Amino acid sequence: MRSDRSQSAPVSLKIAAACGLLFLHLPILLIFVYAFTTEEKSFVWPPPGLTTQWFAVTWNRPDVWEALSLSVRVAAISTAIALVLGTLCAAAVSRTKFFGRETISLLVILPIALPGIITGIALRSAFALADIPFSFWTIVLGHATFCVVVVYNNAVARFRRTSGSMIEASMDLGADGFQTFRHIVLPNIATALLAGGMLAFALSFDEVIVTTFTAGQQQTVPIWMLEELIRPRQRPVTNVVAMVVVLVTLLPILFAYYLTRDGDQIAGSGK
Amino acid sequence: MTIAALNSNPAPAILPGSGGMRGALSDLFWRRPQLLLLLMLLPPVLWLGIVYIGSLFALLAQSFFSIDEFSGLINRQFTLKTYGDLLQASNLDIILRTVTMAALVTLASAIVAFPIAYYAARYARGRWKALFYLGVMLPLWSSYLVKIYAWKLILAKEGILTWLLAKLHLLWVLDAWLALPVVGGNSLSVSFTGTFIVFVYVWLPFMILPVQAALERVPGNLVEASSDLGASPGQTFRNVLFPLALPGIVAGSIFTFSLTLGDYIIPQIIGTSRLFIGQAVYSQQGTAGNIPLAAAFTVVPIVIMGFYLWGAKRMGAFDAL
Repeated sequence: MRSDRSQSAPVSLKIAAACGLLFLHLPILLIFVYAFTTEEKSFVWPPPGLTTQWFAVTWNRPDVWEALSLSVRVAAISTAIALVLGTLCAAAVSRTKFFGRETISLLVILPIALPGIITGIALRSAFALADIPFSFWTIVLGHATFCVVVVYNNAVARFRRTSGSMIEASMDLGADGFQTFRHIVLPNIATALLAGGMLAFALSFDEVIVTTFTAGQQQTVPIWMLEELIRPRQRPVTNVVAMVVVLVTLLPILFAYYLTRDGDQIAGSGK
Repeated sequence: MTIAALNSNPAPAILPGSGGMRGALSDLFWRRPQLLLLLMLLPPVLWLGIVYIGSLFALLAQSFFSIDEFSGLINRQFTLKTYGDLLQASNLDIILRTVTMAALVTLASAIVAFPIAYYAARYARGRWKALFYLGVMLPLWSSYLVKIYAWKLILAKEGILTWLLAKLHLLWVLDAWLALPVVGGNSLSVSFTGTFIVFVYVWLPFMILPVQAALERVPGNLVEASSDLGASPGQTFRNVLFPLALPGIVAGSIFTFSLTLGDYIIPQIIGTSRLFIGQAVYSQQGTAGNIPLAAAFTVVPIVIMGFYLWGAKRMGAFDAL
């Protein structure tokens, strides 16, 4: 590892890598341009003119607000459930070795490892068998199930880095289990939980495949968008909503990255 | 603390029990860590076990039921008839089409991902490294539907791609491609080519990350040694880099393959009317009301992924995750 680090990359590699990154980013940037187009009926490029009127139109649409409110409520409650379950599971798996530990890790990862459609249809058929009507809570049930894994991943990584001797020291100094949790464990894992919670929120806010099976007639923002994609009614409003969704999901990701960037495992690498 | 200080104020060897409910609980957990472990594991295991595994088994069980073709009611008796239906030519077509698409998407993602992952792993340092990391992470976490929507804008007949090709006087290439039998169509947004491009785009970050992780572990001097010994860059790639990156590529391919197998939204929005497994599942359980056949269809990706994971594990792909 001496001189090889300063040597620069071959031009062809640079071009290929740059093209790949452009391929990843240009389509998303295009959304931002389309949000301002004056064209209503088609996806014509270049936009015939630019306007900000669609932001006002979108602002006054009750269906958009309803979808947004449902999405935020579902994401908040699913995140809260995932935080509790994921942290408990991570604490148990990282502090002791017990029989079936590998199985528990697999159990947590499974909902996200299998294709979403399997999770979705499994939940739907289970609701049908048990005669559970679709409601707000059926959506939460599905979302919380696959959000556990992101909290779990972040918390497990942090627990591994936190040394057990600190907990022992706290106990030796006379703190009971609850005090140790409150003053030693919680401050240590707080940023990891915050990052995991934000990723879980972003995951739930964006989820569409499982939600189509568990939502019934209600519309979250992704379901609203899917509806517009299949049967376009008002394209300019869809453009604006798409742009807002990009911004809303990017902020938590950037913040989660910022919170965990010094760690050995950066949040978000396993979606 | 000196020994004298310790001796002057001796603490009792056994502390008295803490007072109150809280103290008693805390002491109990300290004496019996197994109990605490059980209490910690119980909520997540109950949740995932009942909600998730329970539902999965309910689904699998239904694949052994059958549908009565006259009444449309579900006959809850064990039968393999539904799996027999799966072997009809039209259903086999769907399975074959989906698996072919998944394989092509995986191959293309690996080819596009490699230069990005290699540059990020070997040449990017400091700020550039962070930039590359975020450059992959942000598209990964951007809204799935917005990404598909963006491609609908790009691939539409009046969209930016046609405009760009017209400016470059290359429109005839697009027309010639669309005139081809299987991959073509009226416009890119209603062709298999469109479906393929969007699949590659949406799953690409899932391939880049594990390949980069695998390449980070390749020492730079290994590549130098290879060229010192007279290998051309192509030979170095074939004999040194590629074999070492392979576990990462296989790990990434687990995602690209599995996600393509299960997706039903991308081919529905950008693609032809010919179905993929996900769409077949969706329409069987929805409009057709044939839950047993839908359940049997979901078993296909599970079985394929089971074999895939088994093979990947043998190649050591899980160490690269």
